Amino acid sequence: MENTAFNQAAPAETDTEVYSLLDTSANASDAPQPWWHHLKYTLVGIFFGITFVKAEIISWFRIQEMFRLESFHMYGVIGTGVVVGAISVFLIKKFKARTIDGEPITFTDKTFNKGQIIGGLIFGLGWAMTGACPGPLFAQIGTGALAVTVTLLSAIAGTWVYGYFRERLPM
Amino acid sequence: MELLTQPWSWWVAGIFVGLTVPILLLLGNKHFGISGNLRHICAACIPANIKFFQYDWKKEAWNLFFVAGIVLGGVVATVWMKDPNPIQVHPDLVNDLAAVGVTQIDGLVPADLFSWDSLLTLRGFVLMVVGGFLVGFGTRYAGGCTSGHAIMGLSTLQWPSLVATISFMVGGFLMTHLILPFILAL
Repeated sequence: MENTAFNQAAPAETDTEVYSLLDTSANASDAPQPWWHHLKYTLVGIFFGITFVKAEIISWFRIQEMFRLESFHMYGVIGTGVVVGAISVFLIKKFKARTIDGEPITFTDKTFNKGQIIGGLIFGLGWAMTGACPGPLFAQIGTGALAVTVTLLSAIAGTWVYGYFRERLPM
Repeated sequence: MELLTQPWSWWVAGIFVGLTVPILLLLGNKHFGISGNLRHICAACIPANIKFFQYDWKKEAWNLFFVAGIVLGGVVATVWMKDPNPIQVHPDLVNDLAAVGVTQIDGLVPADLFSWDSLLTLRGFVLMVVGGFLVGFGTRYAGGCTSGHAIMGLSTLQWPSLVATISFMVGGFLMTHLILPFILAL
């Protein structure tokens, strides 16, 4: 019974990015959708990837300029993104908007743990080295910087090593 | 056409990035967070009996389709919307980079640092392999990255995400000002 294993793992879950582990009611009742239903997310990804490249968010130079306080660009992008995102979420909550399939839209609160500070600092170190967070790594590969696949594979390895040592790390 | 090929301003990009949040929610109650994919890839390919990777990654497959789109978006923007002009870089940064032999500044990714040739140098290896490792380890330890915490977390007013975002920035400032100069000098 695989489900039992999930229930046991759930209390220790500090990661809000595996939504099916957090909100088991979300989409739990519907039958699995055929794979091509996910293509709409690929379309959003294309739109998002183009923005990444055209606004130079994936540029190593822009990230350096951000940390060297030489450019407002990245602060403007992230700041505007948060404002637009927050207004959107406010409206979705206020009007109890549903998905295009009529499902309720759900939110889960994040709980504080030390990982947000320690892990956050570690990610920050890597961010300034690679000039990329995980999203831009994918976009950089798309622009033809194929050597970045090494950086991406190393990031996957980093995630794996975190998973391996997770229970022995401060939480 | 020029509007499409010239670099987009911060506010256009910010609006598009911000709109990704409600678009994913409205399309299927999906929560914006890209680094989670690195965990899904581990869960799908190399779970190795590690509890952290024992979950039904197929329920999260939409996110893998999303990042596949990001790669394709990179292709589309490069093949059909490429800016013919070189990227503008702050003169102080250009000078500091020239001092350590990084002179190719015409691309989004400096080829002197991130390329197959560079990978074989100590400097390139540290930046690409160690840097990538820290990104993957740190984002999962923090439970998210710039998208999951800074954009999605702050949009939903989660204070732990503010803590994480501040930590990202502190780590970035520490690296840029205290450690990176030594790595670039390797």
